[in-house]
Amino acid sequence: MKSAAWVLVLTLGLLPSLAPAFPLVAKDTPNDGGARISLSWTPPPKPPAEWIVYRAEPGKPFAPVDTVSGELTAFTDDHAVRNGTPYQYRLIPLPDDAALRSDVSSAATAQASWFDTGKLNVFIVTAIFLALVLYYIRQAERGKAWNFRPIAGLTAIEEAIGRSTEMGKGVLYIPGVQDIDDIQTIASMIILGNVARMTAKYDTPLNVPTPSPAVYTVADEVVKGGYSDVGRVDAYRSDMVRYITTEQFAYVAAVNGIMLRERPAANLLLGAFFAESLLLAETGHEIGAIQIAGTANVHQLPFFVVACDYTLIGEEYYAASAYLSKDARLLGSLKASDTIKIFLVITIALGCLLLTIGQRGLAEFFATQ
Amino acid sequence: MKREVPLIISMAAGIFVLIGFFVPHPLVRTGYDKIQQWVIVVVAFTYVLGMANLMKLNLDQIQRRAKDWPYKIALVVACLATMAVGFQNGSHYLDDGTGFTWIYNTFYSAMSSTMFSLLAFFIASAAFRAFRVRTVEALLLAIAAFILMLGRVPIGSLIHPVLPQAADWLMEVPQNAAKRGILMGAALGVMATGFRIILGIERTYGSEGGS
Repeated sequence: MKSAAWVLVLTLGLLPSLAPAFPLVAKDTPNDGGARISLSWTPPPKPPAEWIVYRAEPGKPFAPVDTVSGELTAFTDDHAVRNGTPYQYRLIPLPDDAALRSDVSSAATAQASWFDTGKLNVFIVTAIFLALVLYYIRQAERGKAWNFRPIAGLTAIEEAIGRSTEMGKGVLYIPGVQDIDDIQTIASMIILGNVARMTAKYDTPLNVPTPSPAVYTVADEVVKGGYSDVGRVDAYRSDMVRYITTEQFAYVAAVNGIMLRERPAANLLLGAFFAESLLLAETGHEIGAIQIAGTANVHQLPFFVVACDYTLIGEEYYAASAYLSKDARLLGSLKASDTIKIFLVITIALGCLLLTIGQRGLAEFFATQ
Repeated sequence: MKREVPLIISMAAGIFVLIGFFVPHPLVRTGYDKIQQWVIVVVAFTYVLGMANLMKLNLDQIQRRAKDWPYKIALVVACLATMAVGFQNGSHYLDDGTGFTWIYNTFYSAMSSTMFSLLAFFIASAAFRAFRVRTVEALLLAIAAFILMLGRVPIGSLIHPVLPQAADWLMEVPQNAAKRGILMGAALGVMATGFRIILGIERTYGSEGGS
């Protein structure tokens, strides 16, 4: 400590000042991958225009690392900070004023965290949910069966495909406009697998225009697999799934063109949709196709509700795969969803009650921002 | 094997990404970031497949003189011309004044805006259907929309000062409550879908694939 103090005096050219300094707190930034130290301070009544942040490591003099606004009360140092090395800090005002210099902080050492405690609430809910999923899957494997409310939109998918078959027309499957890294597109691909099995079984033409080459690649495999699963690989054609474009409105123009030229009997709009939702759904309505839409994008739901015959809202969309496949284990995961929903409703009600009587603990624990 | 290998890869990647969400340590985070980079590389390769599919289908239709085949010529020519100009501009193809930017601004932006502008007409026709009062729910929807629209235009406050407040209340209370309910349900659906894939019970996407 003595040498550090001398180093400070020599490098900054300062004499020990009798002016009251203010404390500077330095500590490892929590919940990160290391290499960062957080500084905080209570500024003097009249702070300077800027602070120069000085840093020293053992055996080395203080050196400036950054200049920050005088109005700030916190700073995170991520300038070449090494994990495991203790650093001391000091704030020097700019322009310099001995009365405004901070104390030398105690040594702080950066280290990487193995768990982000800020996500503890998410971890707890995820862990409970996972435990419930595993429990209900086990129950399903032992033969336990549950009754779920029928979802009209899902029942209608098979009817729509049947209607297309009777009319001798095709089914147009639109998987949204997002790429394959979007969970809604992944869910859409899973539903597409079930739809492909149905169209293969009924020998109904299927057309899947895709908005990205990655979605095209996956959709093609999924459709091929669906036809193979029901022993109709001979009915699969390579032009069933086609890549259109990644550009949003060019995709809409192409798909609307397909609708108007080929006039499919059923349009399935299942995926992530944005401004193009109504452009697609209204065109489908104009050609008289039975339309089933599903998305988790809340702002597009009203458009689908108005323009489509059936709309899968939010969680119904994600439940579609389990409903359509009727696989007991997948239905077990739906039971887990319902159970965690009850848990969340009780937690919300309890949180409201506690907030009303002035207890903020539960609400703050579940806050994610 | 054709079914098992993709399932194992999906499960492993899913578990790793889930762990990476909670663990910021560089040992995990580096791998997490690497997976994201692999995704970019894989997606880049799919563009080759996508372009091959686009060309194959359209050239095939042109060759067969299928219905509307002249439009396919326009598509293929436009696609190849844009690519050629883009390659000629090199890595600065997005800079101002390049041929690629000119094509984008002159043709694509104009046509894209035209498509988007059609939304106004589609909204009008959809709203007309939505506000035909046939059920109690449709009546409630029509009343709410009427209050909201009047409350959000200057004449609303002139008709009655309560209208803007009523519009705000509709948006902040019943609309927000319904929206949050849907979002929470969807979030649980996302988690359930993720678990089904990670646990390997969702196999719809991993069929034998034509074997």
